[in-house]
Amino acid sequence: MNRIDETFKKLRADNKKAFIPYVAAGDPDIKTTKKIVSVLAAAGADIVELGIPFSDPLADGPTIQKAIQRSLSAGCSVRKVLDMVKELRGKVGIPLVFMTYYNIIFNYGAGRFIKDAKACGADGVIVPDLPMEESGGLADIADKEDFYVIMLAAPTTPPARFRKIADRSRGFIYYVSLTGVTGARKALSAKLNSEVKELKKMTAKPVCVGFGISNPAQASGIASASDGVIVGSAIIKVIEKNLDDRSRMIAKVEAFAGSIARAIHGV
Amino acid sequence: MRRKPRLPDNRGYFGIFGGEYVPETLMPALKELTTAYKKIGRSAPFRKKLRYFLKEYAGRPTPLYFAGKLTEKLGGAKIYLKREDLLHTGAHKINNTIGQALLAVAMGKKRLVAETGAGQHGVATATVAALFDLKCDVYMGTEDIERQNLNVFRMKLMGARVIPVQSGSCTLKDATNEAIRDWVTNVRDTYYVLGSVVGPHPYPMMVREFQTVIGKEVRRDIIRREGKLPGYLVACVGGGSNSIGLFHPFFRDRKVAFIGVEAAGFGIKTGRHAAALMKGRVGVLHGSKSFLLEDDDGQVKLAHSISAGLDYPGVGPEHSYYKQTGRAEYVSVNDREALEGVKLLSRTEGIIPALETAHAVYYLKKLVKRTGKKDIIVLCLSGRGDKDIDIIKKHM
Repeated sequence: MNRIDETFKKLRADNKKAFIPYVAAGDPDIKTTKKIVSVLAAAGADIVELGIPFSDPLADGPTIQKAIQRSLSAGCSVRKVLDMVKELRGKVGIPLVFMTYYNIIFNYGAGRFIKDAKACGADGVIVPDLPMEESGGLADIADKEDFYVIMLAAPTTPPARFRKIADRSRGFIYYVSLTGVTGARKALSAKLNSEVKELKKMTAKPVCVGFGISNPAQASGIASASDGVIVGSAIIKVIEKNLDDRSRMIAKVEAFAGSIARAIHGV
Repeated sequence: MRRKPRLPDNRGYFGIFGGEYVPETLMPALKELTTAYKKIGRSAPFRKKLRYFLKEYAGRPTPLYFAGKLTEKLGGAKIYLKREDLLHTGAHKINNTIGQALLAVAMGKKRLVAETGAGQHGVATATVAALFDLKCDVYMGTEDIERQNLNVFRMKLMGARVIPVQSGSCTLKDATNEAIRDWVTNVRDTYYVLGSVVGPHPYPMMVREFQTVIGKEVRRDIIRREGKLPGYLVACVGGGSNSIGLFHPFFRDRKVAFIGVEAAGFGIKTGRHAAALMKGRVGVLHGSKSFLLEDDDGQVKLAHSISAGLDYPGVGPEHSYYKQTGRAEYVSVNDREALEGVKLLSRTEGIIPALETAHAVYYLKKLVKRTGKKDIIVLCLSGRGDKDIDIIKKHM
């Protein structure tokens, strides 16, 4: 069984929701990312999303753009991220999923990417610029390897299309909370929870919500309607603010992630 | 009945190139656009309105001018210039923006967003926004804002907002990223006016169909003047809209050679150029699969060209298809040669071409060597050079 399914099975049995933090791998360097993933797991993350940097991240707002730029400037590469996950696997038991843009996978070779990602211990991938129409090749290969391609749905997705996306998605469905790019927002749509509840009626798979979620109160609010909450830019802001001191950075990330985890798990 | 184009297929593919690689948020909007374009954009009343504005407002048809002095100077084939530089706003870009703005109005959209490199597409978009009472935001890289500041002023004068983009190379690629991010955010009321035959389906098809007016007029006029089709069509290629507009109507005429001229920047060998078709690999950028300048890990490389309009690491998918199937030949001309091209046309014909166009002009010097006096070359004079005067002055 894929680790992602195991995780949601256990969370459902405990009547809990998933906390899924995102960090850009290699920001500010691979060694620090490795430590950050360990403390995120210790702080209560149920799944960690690792961004593999791409030069032109068109679904990302300024915070993640800058993180990706720091990672690329420090010499990050696909190979280095895969090796990092391999090393992490000895210490971290929770599912690790990649988030990257399709050109990175296409350039690496879809079949080779999935084989190598699986071999190093990753459990799935999220590709924000690969809609259902273009995902066939990658998803078919991934299915054979029990590697999960997690699909995204958006507020603009009509119901009939959502059903197809849910059917195609593995592990969970990533619901984008707003029309826009990633980045912490002060307020989210008042209709968000009712939208998520409607979507959940159309699929048995977990629906997790990401984009814009910046604090524990927002996280617990969304956790009440969904199966999990994805937090990216808000964590990266903590990294960004502590670039001058790695040990302080790690302590602050752990504290912030802990506060979000408690908010989500307390729902 | 209009003949339906064979390419792209229903999924927006030209062979293996093209497609729709965009965030899910945009997919319903792309489907809406495809449907609206096919239903409204290809309808007779729409085409009638489009023809009206192209003729009365933009100044079509443009002359197919026999460049006698240039022909004499180069001493080979007869050279004709398709004078897109004489259009309102000074370049072929207006053919596309009038079409897309009419479509945006028909779709009930109130706001236009666009990317621009040299500023010609930005100006052409600001122009139609003023004409059709639409709000208009144009994304432009800070390096381009500096080197094309005349166009920045023109856009502002017509009421558009020019939003500086300070990421990556601060040029067209980054402006396109930002325009797409804006569209993802404001997709419900905003129409994205893409300026070239790039991006996700249906843009490469739709922009081509708005630009083929160039090639259709050339075909009609050259047959009237010479009684035969030209042997060579030459145009510069950045994203590739003026070239596709010229080439496509001759797609089935196998004896008409297509020559696309890419920007070699500091020189192909230096690695600092914008020749995606000559030196790129197949990749995915800005919504479609096409040739792309990228490193071994799939990171997009920065392009380099003296002309902001060609300074782009990607290219339209239809060009990739032409390249792969051998239908077109792609060559390159560097910055220094392009400046020579400006001088050549200015001195012989009294026409100052845009730096983009000057790449194609310079290539004529090489092309005539393999032609005879009976051959005919048609060059798409895609834009005029006023916007580039400061850069040209600096280098002369």
